[in-house]
Amino acid sequence: MKTALRPSVALLLIAGILGLVALAFAWAGGWLSPRRIGGAAIADALQDNLGKPEPGWRRAHAKGLCVSGYFDANGTGTALSRAALFPAGRIPVTGRFSLGGGDPLAGDGRNVFHSMALLFRLPDGEQWRMAMDHTPIFPVATPADFVSLQIAGIPDPATHKPDPAKLQAYLAGHPETKAFMDYMKSAPLPSSFANGTYYSINAFRFVDAGGASRAVRWQFEPEAPFAALDKKTLDAQPRDFLFVDALKRLSAGPMRWHMIVVLANPGDRTDNATIPWGAGHRRVDVGTLTLDRAATEAAGDCRDYNFDPLVLPRGVTASDDPLLPARSAAYSASFRRRAIEGPRPDALTQAGEGGAK
Amino acid sequence: MNGPDTLFAFPARLLHWTMAVLILAMLFIGAGMVSTVSAAYPALLAWHRPLGIAILVLALVRLAVRLTHRPPPLPADLPPIQAAAARVSHYLLYALMIAMPLIGWAMQSAGGYPVILWKGVALFPILPHDIVAYGWLRRLHGLLGYAFFLLILGHVGAALVHGLIRRDGVFRSMAGRGG
Ligand code: HEM
Ligand code: HEM
Ligand code: HEM
Repeated sequence: MKTALRPSVALLLIAGILGLVALAFAWAGGWLSPRRIGGAAIADALQDNLGKPEPGWRRAHAKGLCVSGYFDANGTGTALSRAALFPAGRIPVTGRFSLGGGDPLAGDGRNVFHSMALLFRLPDGEQWRMAMDHTPIFPVATPADFVSLQIAGIPDPATHKPDPAKLQAYLAGHPETKAFMDYMKSAPLPSSFANGTYYSINAFRFVDAGGASRAVRWQFEPEAPFAALDKKTLDAQPRDFLFVDALKRLSAGPMRWHMIVVLANPGDRTDNATIPWGAGHRRVDVGTLTLDRAATEAAGDCRDYNFDPLVLPRGVTASDDPLLPARSAAYSASFRRRAIEGPRPDALTQAGEGGAK
Repeated sequence: MNGPDTLFAFPARLLHWTMAVLILAMLFIGAGMVSTVSAAYPALLAWHRPLGIAILVLALVRLAVRLTHRPPPLPADLPPIQAAAARVSHYLLYALMIAMPLIGWAMQSAGGYPVILWKGVALFPILPHDIVAYGWLRRLHGLLGYAFFLLILGHVGAALVHGLIRRDGVFRSMAGRGG
């Protein structure tokens, strides 16, 4: 610099430069964009919907049971994806059964998601994590709708019940959510964790050894014959009956599911989890999941994992479904909150029901 | 004031400016990714881990360069309090550029995550799986990250005061030219 700036001008210039950098940082961090949704905003919406935070617990699917076992791949999956899960052989699995909702002590007799989360430990430190529900579709298509739906269901401080008018107002603009609720009302609820089918719901992409990529969904279909709960007597069931049933069944013998990969047909939407793909799809049975052990969250080894659906191995990538990145960010926000709060004894442990095995 | 003794050694200058870009990028990526649930979240996170580890490697090289090359002296007329502030802030900058990636790696280990550099390549864990340790390290990673940003703002402000107002050769010692 040849000519000196006057100090006052130079100071202004310096302040301006620093101010611009700080402003750019504030923009990047979203502090200038109150409407940008981050993982924390979703965790807040879930807490508000519950009416109170439940420190130490998952902000969704709080009530769970740890399971473990293995996956026997039959080798057919290698034609679809080069994921290390698919060559014929055995891969160890950690899993978690859970029920939808943020209340860790809620009764099992509710018409909510029955869920299975899995963590496959692949060679070379790779992992594949999944979190699946017993429905083939989801109530909302976007993270913004997810937040709106949670907010519409926030309990009124006076009545401790959601305001039906708010829910109606939300549903009026969201036929897909209405369709999901109608589906939930009429669809049978599996009588046990053992005989439910668990769906990826979101679409993913499989990439094969040649680099070809295809859109898929997948589902775990049980070997145990399906039986439905009587929805009229749900309230009368003991609080932990589904989890106690799972513990009891697993102490008697293993549970098995087939992993069925469903290939998208041309025209199938991959970016909208509220739309089922329907019938007439190529289905590939890529192997058998065997779960042979169960333990309460306190005694088992599943509680302290984040079953983030975007922890994926080579050969599997996210689709363009906006729920997938939202899930990853929201699970991470929930995980960092419950981590620092510290885990608490689960319902079964509190009730002394964990010793069934 | 001129000549080689008034400049930082070339490797020191190269590392300084490369890392300045990388570290600022990392702070923007970190703050940006946690602000959103869009596809930018996984995309930025996929950059965040390998860039962070690259910063760790470069910081260790830089530390070695710093210990083997004498830095140019500060101007003799610099008030002792400012000279001390410069020294302390430089120690802190070094501490943070080594600690931030180590905390990131340690917290992902404690969180039970595979520490993925890129698809198919995961680093070994440096802490056992412990969710409460994850919780505290994750909070520390955030707090120190924002402290790092503030410190860098102060550092850049001081560098510009040297370069534009005092014009005492300190800016040139790192920039290679200028005031
Ligand atoms: C934008 C949409 C969604 C949001 C915001 C959301 C949010 C969450 C959150 C915050 C958790 C707790 C995570 C933790 O602390 O570890 C969770 C758990 C879970 N979610 Fe979702 N979820 C979404 C969609 C889905 C979908 C589409 C499925 C099924 C395919 C699903 C299945 C599950 C399951 C099974 C768990 C329990 C996982 C476990 O056992 O750790 N979620 N969800
Ligand atoms: C983004 C992050 C930055 C970091 C972490 C950083 C770090 C450092 C450190 C540790 C030193 C001490 C010398 C050494 O041992 O390497 C230093 C010196 C210096 N930096 Fe930076 N720096 C950054 C950005 C910048 C920027 C943007 C500027 C210019 C506007 C700048 C200007 C200088 C100058 C002029 C010196 C020499 C100071 C002296 O002689 O003591 N730095 N920097
Ligand atoms: C110079 C190095 C690094 C800097 C400056 C940095 C900075 C940041 C910042 C500012 C955030 C946002 C914090 C918040 O708002 O709470 C963040 C988050 C994060 N960083 Fe780093 N980081 C570095 C290295 C690393 C490394 C090496 C890893 C992993 C190997 C890592 C993993 C993460 C993760 C996983 C998150 C948060 C994701 C979440 O909670 O959803 N970071 N980082």
